[in-house]
Amino acid sequence: MDIHDFYDKMDRNNILLSFKGDITAELLTSILQIIESKMDNMQEEPKLKKKVYIVLVELLQNLYHHMDDPSQEGEASEVARTAIFMIGKENSHYNVITGNYIKNDKMTGLKKKMDEINSLPPEELKEHYKRILNNGQMSDKGGGGLGMIDIARRTGKPLFYEFTPINDVYSFFTLNVVIEQ
Amino acid sequence: MEMISIESTPKTPAIKFDSKQGKLEIKGRSIPENSVEFYKPLVESLDQYASSPNSPTQVDIQLEYFNTASSKCILDVLKRLETIHRQGSQVIINWYYEEDDEDMREAGEDYQAIVNLTFNMQQVELD
Repeated sequence: MDIHDFYDKMDRNNILLSFKGDITAELLTSILQIIESKMDNMQEEPKLKKKVYIVLVELLQNLYHHMDDPSQEGEASEVARTAIFMIGKENSHYNVITGNYIKNDKMTGLKKKMDEINSLPPEELKEHYKRILNNGQMSDKGGGGLGMIDIARRTGKPLFYEFTPINDVYSFFTLNVVIEQ
Repeated sequence: MEMISIESTPKTPAIKFDSKQGKLEIKGRSIPENSVEFYKPLVESLDQYASSPNSPTQVDIQLEYFNTASSKCILDVLKRLETIHRQGSQVIINWYYEEDDEDMREAGEDYQAIVNLTFNMQQVELD
């Protein structure tokens, strides 16, 4: 691996922090602390800081709760129980990217949820949020797709996503969230 | 009847519930991974409290951030309070948000649209 090339790529994309590995509760706490103190050091505007922070919480907790674990099911070792997370800042906006494995049979449902969110204007998105919050169809993990709706409401932007086919069982799910003032 | 007093942590809010005085305060950040477990003692106490509530019950909610997993639990708490109100006791909800935090103000309005309780929206100045 060419580390200098890797460094250059991260540098060009103004990556503040990136992580690849197992997502644990302790790790989430650390990432949030690091990003919070970085934003304090950059004297980020409180409103933007808050927005970035809560969007990060939702994205990281989505990974923590919903990431599929191929290794537990005796799949080929090329697919491991890890996820990737990156946060960068370009000009005045933040870019947060997450990537994780997902079972193909869950992909259609997730894609449908995100497409629906992306198709709704702000007022309808708000109603959609209240409907899901109130209908009680949430698991112990939260879920119900509320996190994704919350991210779209807060950022006012569509969810940019991609699914890369891996094999018959798994795909790799990439989500890119842009946060502006 | 018991009294709840939970200190805040970087991921969970301080919760103070004095059933004798009819006062409940939730203050801080609410972003735990397992929110159901965190809010369980409060929800259970409110279920007990509902059998002989104070009138009024004063509720102060001052959250800096909350995750969507907590949003469901906060709704559970509010629904308990709605029941108390429906049974004839007065319930006062003070929803605090920092100035310029439109998202938190809107979150309060969202709840107000779901439960049949009046919210006093209180803007607080930034530190």
